[in-house]
Amino acid sequence: MIDQDDSMRANSDREDASLDEARLRQQAIGVKLRQMFDQVVSEPVPDDFLEILRRADEKSKGGS
Amino acid sequence: MSSGQASTDDEAFKKELVTLIPHLRAFARTLCGDATAADDLAQDAMLKAWDARASYQMGTNMKAWTFMILRNQFYSEKRRSWRQTQLDQEAAERTLMAIDDPSAPIALDELRMALRTLPDEQREALVLVGAGGFAYEEAADICGCAVGTVKSRVSRARRALHASLEAGAYDRDGTPAGEAMGSILADADRLSGAR
Repeated sequence: MIDQDDSMRANSDREDASLDEARLRQQAIGVKLRQMFDQVVSEPVPDDFLEILRRADEKSKGGS
Repeated sequence: MSSGQASTDDEAFKKELVTLIPHLRAFARTLCGDATAADDLAQDAMLKAWDARASYQMGTNMKAWTFMILRNQFYSEKRRSWRQTQLDQEAAERTLMAIDDPSAPIALDELRMALRTLPDEQREALVLVGAGGFAYEEAADICGCAVGTVKSRVSRARRALHASLEAGAYDRDGTPAGEAMGSILADADRLSGAR
């Protein structure tokens, strides 16, 4: 009975350890994913974006 | 007349839209991969949002609204374009070249490659929730599906990414691809300063 308990505990310890490991890896991927996204977010916005928006704004102002 | 009020609203709208451009670019990049195509998509979405500004309610989540516009734009273009039906290995490699930054750590490239192997709907769900900072509910609104669907897509995407990085489903520069996970782990540890 005691032996069984011990072996069950050992098994669940092993499972916990591999669960922790998997969780850690998922966290690591999450960190990299955010880094990848934020890298583009922090790039300077190309001028054409603002230029296109400015032209659209002027057109709508002129039109009304 | 109300034109004074309208132009004040337009100014406020434009100001907020401009702050969202970097996020639209980042989201577009994850959808298209190719940086030039992504900027074209982001510009189209920005213009569409501007044209539809009358239908946007100030004070609601403009980021989610513009992301939804961008996403719909992406899928309608994709349906129309026979060229983009399949992202084969060659396209993935071009993508990598287009966004390759020599100073970026290798692990990021590995992650980009692994991301490209995911089905579109899994990739977008993971990016919205995992990187875009959206709640599951918001991501569901953006993708036009149920919250439970987003949750299962995100978890399938996470598992697939993990497996792909672990197994090294792709290879790069002769580096054993299995090292990608180790590299990501090391880098993430360094970044978070933990453990």
